[in-house]
Amino acid sequence: MSQQPMTMPEGLGGVTADWSADKQAFPVPWGKAMMWIFLLSDTFIFSCFLTGYMNVRMSTTVPWPNPSEVFALTVAGKSIPLLLIAIMTMVLITSSGTMAMAVNFGYRRDRKRTAMLMFATAALGLTFVGMQAFEWTKLIMEGVRPWGNPFGAAQFGSAFFMITGFHGLHVSGGVIYLTVVAIRVLNGFYDRKGTYETVEVAGLYWHFVDLVWVFIFAFFYLW
Amino acid sequence: MDHAAHSGHAPAAHAAAHGGDGQQHPIKLYLWIWGLLFVLSAFSYAVDYFRVQGYTRWTLIIIFMLLKAGFIIAVFMHMKWERLGLKLAILTPPLALLVLIGLMAIEGDYTFLTRLASFGQEVFQPAPVHHD
Repeated sequence: MSQQPMTMPEGLGGVTADWSADKQAFPVPWGKAMMWIFLLSDTFIFSCFLTGYMNVRMSTTVPWPNPSEVFALTVAGKSIPLLLIAIMTMVLITSSGTMAMAVNFGYRRDRKRTAMLMFATAALGLTFVGMQAFEWTKLIMEGVRPWGNPFGAAQFGSAFFMITGFHGLHVSGGVIYLTVVAIRVLNGFYDRKGTYETVEVAGLYWHFVDLVWVFIFAFFYLW
Repeated sequence: MDHAAHSGHAPAAHAAAHGGDGQQHPIKLYLWIWGLLFVLSAFSYAVDYFRVQGYTRWTLIIIFMLLKAGFIIAVFMHMKWERLGLKLAILTPPLALLVLIGLMAIEGDYTFLTRLASFGQEVFQPAPVHHD
């Protein structure tokens, strides 16, 4: 690291300076830069799914099932639209909040709090996946399949299983990732390494999972 | 904010500069954003709950969605405090997706019209949604 922060230009001049010479382009830990680039590629994957969903929804001549009704839950004899999805959204946002604080405590070298907040994040992630499994089971029992369903356009099932399945896989992977990092936090691995940036990098991944859900929630469930 | 106090391995000045070992921001800020995300999610849920329809619905959904995405990226993912070089490298490429979305929208519309012309409106009686 030979940057001279005092002389690094800001603004557009800073962009040119950062990109021009034969040197490290991004003055951040390499793990963080690579995570950002990975997340960028993941953005394209999820966008392709959502764009594909848009395309099949626009092109079908059969009415699209009303998500508000399909994902309703009956509580005490009253049908509440999208109830489970709303709870899942809150759970994921809460997990993002605990993760943000874990990163903060990590940089303060507070091992215990960092690990506890990360375990809490992972637990909330597991809760989310559990509720998703419940949602899938319910829809499958009601006859929703990737090739058809009783409520309307056949493409509904394939779009639903593909998009939420891929997202759920990301959440599951994130839970494992966070658990591994949290255990390493607890046993002092990052104290020996001398930096807690891994916690922030894991946090980036987790926030991205939450970010993708924001778009799925808007385009798939609310549209 | 005390960036440098605990970055024994890295030059303190580097940590204090941008995004190195030192994305230190007050917890209060995170709690604020957390609360905001809750409120915005509640708003978008309310749009559905109160059955707002048509352009009002889509406008509201998209506004709440973009606000939430913006707060997550800017604060939770610390993009706000990164250098412009990294911001541009990560945030501008997704704009290319607008081309894909535009093309696929045209394509979807065309397929829809072709299907109407070839097959006519299919008669489909959706089963009423009921949950056990």
